[in-house]
Amino acid sequence: MSEPIRAKRKNPVLRTRLPTLPPAARSRAALGLTAAAALGRFELQQCRDCGAVQYPPREACQKCLSILLDWKPQPEGGELLAQTVLHHSNDLFFRERLPWRLGLVRLDCGPIVVAHLHESATQRVRVRAALDRAGQAVIAALPDKEGSDMADDRQLREFTCDPKQRKVLVSDGKTALGQALVKEMASAKAELIWVGYAEPWKKFAGFDELAQIPQVTLVPLDVTDSKNVRELAAEIAGKVDIVVNNAEHHRTAGISARQGVETARAEMDVNYFGLLRLAQEFGPAMRSRGADGRASAVAWVNVLSIYALANFPPHGTFSASKAAAHSLAQCLRAEMRPAGVRVVNVFPGPIDDEWSQLLPPPKVAPAALARAVVSALRDGVEDVYPGDVAQEWLARWRDNPKALERELSA
Amino acid sequence: MLAVPVTVPYVRYSIRAAHWWLARALSLLLKESGLGKDEIDGLTVSSFTLAPDTAIGLTQHLGLSPRWLDHIPLGGASGVVALRRAARAVQAGDADVVACIAADTNHVDSFRLTLANFSQFARDAVYPYGAGGPNASFAFLTAYYMRQHGATRDDFGKLCVAQRANALKYPHALFKKPLTLEEYLSARPIAEPLHLFDCVMPCAGAEAFLVLSEERARALGVQYVRLKGTIERHNAFASDPVQMRAGWALDRDDLYRQAGAAPQDMDFVETYDDYPVISLMQLEDLGFCGKGEGPAFVRRHTFTHDGSFPLNTSGGQLSVGQAGAAGGFLGMVEAIRQLTGAAGGRQVEGAKLGLVSGFGMINYDRGLGSGAVVLEKAQ
Repeated sequence: MSEPIRAKRKNPVLRTRLPTLPPAARSRAALGLTAAAALGRFELQQCRDCGAVQYPPREACQKCLSILLDWKPQPEGGELLAQTVLHHSNDLFFRERLPWRLGLVRLDCGPIVVAHLHESATQRVRVRAALDRAGQAVIAALPDKEGSDMADDRQLREFTCDPKQRKVLVSDGKTALGQALVKEMASAKAELIWVGYAEPWKKFAGFDELAQIPQVTLVPLDVTDSKNVRELAAEIAGKVDIVVNNAEHHRTAGISARQGVETARAEMDVNYFGLLRLAQEFGPAMRSRGADGRASAVAWVNVLSIYALANFPPHGTFSASKAAAHSLAQCLRAEMRPAGVRVVNVFPGPIDDEWSQLLPPPKVAPAALARAVVSALRDGVEDVYPGDVAQEWLARWRDNPKALERELSA
Repeated sequence: MLAVPVTVPYVRYSIRAAHWWLARALSLLLKESGLGKDEIDGLTVSSFTLAPDTAIGLTQHLGLSPRWLDHIPLGGASGVVALRRAARAVQAGDADVVACIAADTNHVDSFRLTLANFSQFARDAVYPYGAGGPNASFAFLTAYYMRQHGATRDDFGKLCVAQRANALKYPHALFKKPLTLEEYLSARPIAEPLHLFDCVMPCAGAEAFLVLSEERARALGVQYVRLKGTIERHNAFASDPVQMRAGWALDRDDLYRQAGAAPQDMDFVETYDDYPVISLMQLEDLGFCGKGEGPAFVRRHTFTHDGSFPLNTSGGQLSVGQAGAAGGFLGMVEAIRQLTGAAGGRQVEGAKLGLVSGFGMINYDRGLGSGAVVLEKAQ
């Protein structure tokens, strides 16, 4: 059983541990593992000709020399052959975190892998690919049966962004999704939850319920107001460990159904410039706290939309604003990576709210979406496609982006 | 024939480039042999830190014009492989005198950089896991071996302690203090079950020897030894889940057939000892005892130069230091000294036959290269 995590007050006289990253260099072949891990999948190369599963990643099949190696989901079971505990490392990141447990695992699908080893793992293990602090995939070997406090494993926590004992900002508490996110963060034992609301002069539906959650502090936050964002950042940016930016403006219109650019501009102002304002004001402080003890700044979550991948004409301007936000989030990810702060992008299909009323089900329920966000933080995933519609669009988009464009314009 | 074993004294850290160490080694070879630089018409070079240069760049750097040249980046297998290739070159008439040189420098941060970029597999699938370097990989092997074959830390300690005793009689060894079993056992852990004295210390240094015909050796008036048999194998037993054996187990009969000798005829053995478990693996694979009988073998024997089984008679890398690829030459150079009566206070009495084994390149989870030679004192 893992020891529970107790967040301790930081002694301000002691040094702040500066962000370092585990070794990030990878061959292009190895980035296939990262691509799958970003989605929470465990995939290894498999030979299209002879079926042999390969690891470490390579350019040709070690059995038949075929170059047709496809990344395919693999069974996660394995046998722990040997383990070690490192008390010495050549790398700064690990030197700060010794001792460090490693296992040598024979996967049921064949290959031998070196893996980060959970402290409770015994002979039978299951492996996962997770993104490490450098944003690159690593393999972790976990106990065969999930323990209740698995996320408390000291090493595993270095790769995940578990909200437990962390301080969270949810940028908009007014929407159903925002309120579901706050509740989910609270039940995930977040230490503090700041909840933004844009119009502090009026109470929104659900305000009282939120205010009763002990960890919650409601703060005025309008992401279209640069001054307001700056003032809030001055107050809390140095304490926030996880930002969840769910502030969103969503109207249903394409190009010709509506005159003028006001609606489109409002969408851009919240969905794109809102993210930019938050990132400019909160990003630098979070970057400096990327390794600050066990409850360090760890993640930035953007609620985007599956429409960011391909424009959905009935929601054309909204799609465009989300595509812009997605592009900016990639920039944010690159800038946060040196500090080990993960940018998690969430691409839901239509949410079951007032702005998708003409869309047929399945639609993703706000509570389900909130659960997906917390799971992503716990699992070390950085791209989340929650719900059936998002999964289906993702599959269609990965298969053939042009085909999806034609299908959506039909 | 092998002759003129030379060592450029090791240092823990050097501000010099690998080229400096290689040049010193070549210079020593010329001085000891009386050869002129122009008479070296064959050259093999082994070095990790020579990059971005290779052997061919070194010819210009050192003003050599060999008619036969080989770059042998095989780490701990370099010594055996260099000898094999050089011997064939001399046999075929492609070269008359081959200088086999291995050297590495060690800057304060060069070991870390070598590890981080050692191989594609290491960079992708080993180094990001704690960056323990070879310590982590061999910790797995050692743990597995201990579990499978009942070896204890005392067994590994006995080898380390004996090698340190040998090293105290080898002037170039970096470790100058005796090591007791208690000190070995109480050392701090590095990568469990490996502790401090199970691990080699990276350093800078160079080793070299000449390969030439018997007539040429006689004409030069240098002491020489005879190559009796040799094997080489790479990536053997690839489907073994954890490396417990390497190519020697596949080819040892061939080795002893070539040499016309048996394991028990060897007067001493020089194994590649980056970690003590690897010495046991070699002793088993080379037929000195059965697979898994290493621990019993260790308990039965003594391993100092004057013991019942003289092993790593100059102290091995564990007590001399690991000068990169030169570590793959350490045993070869020592064997030549033993068989030419040049081993001073650590001389194995009446040594006529010796075995040198090489092992190298942890590309991913195991050492890929293995080789061995049997050398004989010239009559």
